[in-house]
Amino acid sequence: MSLALWVPIVGLFTLALLFALFSVTAARFTGPHRYNRAKLDAYECGIEPTPQPIGGGRFPVKFYLTAMLFIVFDIEIIFLYPWAVSFNALGLFGFVEMLLFIGTVFVAYAYVWRRGGLDWD
Amino acid sequence: MILTQEALKLPQINYVALSPMLILFGAATVGVLVEAFAGRGRRYPVQLGLSLVSLVAALVMVVRVAHTRELTAGGAVAVDGPALFLEGTLAVLGIVALLLVAERSLEPGGPFVAVAAVTAGTEADRVQAQRRDAGTEVYPLLLFALGGMMLFVSANDLLTMFVALEVFSLPLYLMCGLARRRRLLSQEAALKYFLLGAFASAFFLFGIAMIYGYAGQINFAAIHEAIQSSTNDRILLYLGLALLAIGLLFKAAAVPFHVWTPDVYQGAPTPVTAFMAACTKVAAFGALLRVIYVAFERTAWDLRLVIGGIAVLTMVVGSVLAVTQTDIKRLLAYSSIANAGYLLVGVLAVGGNGNHDGLASSMFYLVAYGFSVVAAFGVVTLVRDADGEATHLSRWAGLGRRSPLYAGLFTFLLLAFAGIPLTSGFTSKFAVFGAALASGQAWLVVLGAITSVILAFPYLRVVVLVWLSEPGENTPTVSIPGALTSAALAIGALATLLLGIAPQPLLDLSSRAAEFVR
Repeated sequence: MSLALWVPIVGLFTLALLFALFSVTAARFTGPHRYNRAKLDAYECGIEPTPQPIGGGRFPVKFYLTAMLFIVFDIEIIFLYPWAVSFNALGLFGFVEMLLFIGTVFVAYAYVWRRGGLDWD
Repeated sequence: MILTQEALKLPQINYVALSPMLILFGAATVGVLVEAFAGRGRRYPVQLGLSLVSLVAALVMVVRVAHTRELTAGGAVAVDGPALFLEGTLAVLGIVALLLVAERSLEPGGPFVAVAAVTAGTEADRVQAQRRDAGTEVYPLLLFALGGMMLFVSANDLLTMFVALEVFSLPLYLMCGLARRRRLLSQEAALKYFLLGAFASAFFLFGIAMIYGYAGQINFAAIHEAIQSSTNDRILLYLGLALLAIGLLFKAAAVPFHVWTPDVYQGAPTPVTAFMAACTKVAAFGALLRVIYVAFERTAWDLRLVIGGIAVLTMVVGSVLAVTQTDIKRLLAYSSIANAGYLLVGVLAVGGNGNHDGLASSMFYLVAYGFSVVAAFGVVTLVRDADGEATHLSRWAGLGRRSPLYAGLFTFLLLAFAGIPLTSGFTSKFAVFGAALASGQAWLVVLGAITSVILAFPYLRVVVLVWLSEPGENTPTVSIPGALTSAALAIGALATLLLGIAPQPLLDLSSRAAEFVR
C-alpha cells in the first residue's frame, strides 16, 4: 500500500489544526472581553445546568434509569433503519429476524413497565 | 450511490445444532417475562424450575447432536467436537452452580439481595437483609450468561466471539453485585469487574481491528488462509493477536491480567463465585483454544515463548500469593489463577502434526477443575455465623471437630486441588503435563511441578488449621445444607473422586472430541 493515499488526509488534518489555532488566537485578539456567569458555566445544550453532585446533593437514580432505557430503544432504531432500506433484499427471512429482535426488545420493555421503571415518582 | 436490490444470499442455519444455546436464550427471555408478570411469591419456584428444565434440555440437545461436525449460520458458528464438549460441560456445571444459587435454607431468603435499590449500610438495608424473600433476576442472568458462554466457545469469527463475550460478561458483572450481606464489598467487586472487563473488551476489539487490517477477514478459517499466503506486514498480525489475547486472558484470569480476580471472587455472592470459577474458565479457555488452533496455529507457535512466559508467571504468582492469603475465598481465587497457568500449559501443547493431546487434556482439565471448585465454594457457603459466611481463615480453626463430614469433604477437595493421586486434580494435571512433555515443553512442566508443590502448602495449612486446632468460641457453626446444596456438593465431590479413579471414559470422550472444524 502506498503512502501517497494518505497525503490528502494528512493535508486535511493540517488544515483543520491551522484553522482551529487561527480561530482561537484571532478571537482572543479581536473579540470583546465581557465575562458573565452564564459564559463561565458548563455547556449543557443551552438549558439551565442541573445541580451538580459536588455540594449540590446527589442525582436521583431515576435519571440514570431513563438514560439507560433511552439507549436500549435508541439502539433498536439503529437496527431498524438499515433493515427498512434493504427490506426487499432481505425478504421474509429478514422480516422474521426483525420480528424476533423487536420481540426481545419488547420483553425488556414489558419488564421495565411492569416493574415500575416508567413511573417517575 | 444506488443500492442494488438483488436478493441476498441467506445463510444456512442448522437450528438443531444450535439448539442448546437457543434453548437457554429463549428460557432466559421467558424468565424476564416471569419477572415482569408473575407475582412475587411465585417467581422463585417458577424461575428455578424453568432454569433447571432449560439447562437439562440444553444438555439433552448437546448429547443428541453430539456427532455434528459443521459450520453453520454462514460460517459464524462452529458446531464441532470441542464446541459440543464444552457446551455440555457448561450445561452440567451450570446445573450444579444453579443448585447453589437456588439454595434458600442456609439463610432466610437465600444469598441474594431482596431490594437491590436500597443504599448499602443504611437502616433500610438491615431490614432488607432480614426479609424472607429475594430478587430472582439472578436466574435469567445466569441463563443469559451460560448461553453467551456456549456461543463464545463455538464462535467461528471474531465479531461473533466479541458479541458472545459481551453477552456473558454483562450478566456476570450484575450477578457479582447481588449479595444480600456485605453489600459494599459486593458492589465494589461488581464495579471493579465491570471497569476492568470493559477495558479488556476494548483491547479485544482493537485486536479484531488489527487482525482485520492484516487479513481483510474476520472468519477464523480465512485468517488462517491469510497467514499462510499474505505478504502484508506481520506487525499488524502480532499486535492484533496480542491485544486479542489480552481480552481472552483477562477472562481466564492469567497473570498479569488477574488483578480483579481476588477482589471479585471475595466480594461476589459465593454461589456466583462458584459459577464464575467453573464456567467462566471453561468459556475463556474454550475460546482461547479455538482462536489458537483454528485461526493462529502458526503464529501462536511463533509466540509460544510469550504465552509460555505468561503461563509461568500465572503459575508462580498464583501459587506464591496463595500462600499469604488469610481469607478462604481469596485463597481459592489465587488457586484459580494458578490453575489458569496449568491450563495454559495444556493450551501450549499444540501438537501441529495431528496430535491433539494438548486440546483434549485441557478440556478434561476444565471439566475436572470445574466440578471441584463448585463443590469447594459450596462448602464455603456452609460455614456461617450470625453475620453470614465466615470466610476469614482464622475462623476456620478447629472446624473439623465441629463438623467432621464437611471438613472432610473440604479436605478432600483441597487435596484434589493439590493434585494428590486418586483425585481428579492428579489425573488432570497428569494429562496436561503429559501433553506438554510430548510436545517438547519440558521447561513448563518442570515449573508446573514446582509451583504445584508451593501451592500444596496453603492447602495443607488449611487442612492443618481445620483438623489440628481446638475449636474456640469464635469458631462458626457449619449449617446443615438444604437438598439443593447437598446435591451440588455430592455431584462435585463424586465427580472429583470418579475422575480421579476412573478418568478413562472422559479422557476418551475428550480426545474423540478434540478436533476443530475449520
